[in-house]
Amino acid sequence: MSMDFSTPPYLLKNASVTRVMTQVLLALVPAIAVYTWLIGPAILIQIAIASLAALLGEALMLKVRRQPLAPFLGDGSAIVTAWLIALVFPPLAPWWMVVVGTLFAIVVAKQLYGGLGQNPFNPAMVAFAVCIVSFPALMSQWPNQALHLGFADQFQIIFGLTPRLDALTAATPLDALKTGLKLGEGQVGVAALLANQDVYGQFAGRGWEWITLCYLLGGLWLWQRKIITWQVPTAYIGALAAISGALWLYDPAQFASPLFHLFSGGAMLGAFFIATDPVSGSTTPRGKLIFGAGAGLLTYLIRVFGGYPDGVAFAILLMNICTPLIDLYTQPPIFGMKNGK
Amino acid sequence: MITWAEFKEIFVNGTWRQNSSLVQMLGMCPLLAMTTSLVNGAMLSLATIIVMGSSGFVVALLRNFIPYEIRIPVFILIAAVMVTVVDLGMNAYMHDMYNILGIFIPLIITNCLVLARIETFAVKNGPLQAMFDGAFMGLGMLWTLSLLGAIREFIGTGTVLSGIEAVIPGLHQIEVLPADYPGFLVSILPPGAFIVLACMVAAKNWYEVKAAERAKRQPPAPISAAGCH
Repeated sequence: MSMDFSTPPYLLKNASVTRVMTQVLLALVPAIAVYTWLIGPAILIQIAIASLAALLGEALMLKVRRQPLAPFLGDGSAIVTAWLIALVFPPLAPWWMVVVGTLFAIVVAKQLYGGLGQNPFNPAMVAFAVCIVSFPALMSQWPNQALHLGFADQFQIIFGLTPRLDALTAATPLDALKTGLKLGEGQVGVAALLANQDVYGQFAGRGWEWITLCYLLGGLWLWQRKIITWQVPTAYIGALAAISGALWLYDPAQFASPLFHLFSGGAMLGAFFIATDPVSGSTTPRGKLIFGAGAGLLTYLIRVFGGYPDGVAFAILLMNICTPLIDLYTQPPIFGMKNGK
Repeated sequence: MITWAEFKEIFVNGTWRQNSSLVQMLGMCPLLAMTTSLVNGAMLSLATIIVMGSSGFVVALLRNFIPYEIRIPVFILIAAVMVTVVDLGMNAYMHDMYNILGIFIPLIITNCLVLARIETFAVKNGPLQAMFDGAFMGLGMLWTLSLLGAIREFIGTGTVLSGIEAVIPGLHQIEVLPADYPGFLVSILPPGAFIVLACMVAAKNWYEVKAAERAKRQPPAPISAAGCH
């Protein structure tokens, strides 16, 4: 997939799929390192399971579709999908759920639509949506931060060798806040709930806030490397900050601050790594702004007023549906022509 | 009367070549809502067979007396009578099943397949041909919806024939997968119907292409799939 044709501009950069995907994976490494350090090595097991499942699924479908194996398996796109799936799934999710999600993403969401570059929906987000709809209980069990489980314990839980005890898991910081506010019926404020040091840290979920910060740093590096453009993340973060800020100013006791929302759940991962997907997202500059803003707005509405613990996956899938329409109405004018004339 | 060749032609058309779900893509709404299990899909199709067979027969009998300008309301009226008969009959004799299928029994009248077959076939053919056409169209729907329901039920809950006791007392569902199968809920939800149906359409097209290749003939021209509901 190298672009070596001789048309202007003659300043070429080596923009092969493999190169882009490798840099995306590199940008995720700091976050994974912090994840391993703060939450436990379970994420490494999940990444291994998901990568294996993704490569197997990809190889199987390529064989069925009579496509060459080596170039498509080696381009790293399946690995990126697998890593994103591992990062958005609960780290102690049973192994079969990760396999089911990954296979669904690769076989149905990617290959059945025509493979790399043809999928209308982001495969990792399809995996998340399918699993949270099918296995809502298991997808809501996040590790209890008060317990520090070692590699052996986490390995046994993932592979079902020890029973899944309720005490091992807890709700996500976002879910805990939503449930707390609902149970408090207007009497319990956000500040009182955020004071719980078992769940919350300096400015967002305990532990998770630093992982999210690493997503932000990795994303900024991707932007600096020109792998992604500024429009989608800026619009996403701007829209999420604007709506959460407006409601926070309206009633700080019932709505968490923009800082909390930006560094909770999958907001940063979504803004820099998922909404920027060049295949399923908008491609025009103005379209990217609309796409990002829409996804940010929907993320907030779903995570605060909806029934699911986080809204990133559904927000991005819903905006994926709108992508063809957005692109149609935001086509830049041809050079030298007036817009629309 | 009807010849054997005509009968065969109507049978192949209804159950395979112009299959209502796989080729014509008609009646998507009951398909989505009612194929959550084999029994539900099969029972709704059986009701549709009765409605389509009888209304095709009656319309074909009266085809020379129905004024062209108001034919559609008359067709709908005749079909609605048959739907009411099936609706009341199921309510009386299969009450449990009636409760499960609920609004989808009266809604058979809104299935475009019913009106489509009357308008394109029953008004131009004899009563026997029209009756068989309606019944075999329904038969095509029966096997498609039963298969679709069975696949969705198996993936979604690990059982087959759940709810059979409402139709044939004494029979029980078969637990194919062990009891700790967690279930794959998305298969029971409407997206699952679309995904499984798409796989079935693909399988049919793949088979047809292979068959055409084997016969060394040109593959049949694709029949336009009109969507509705």
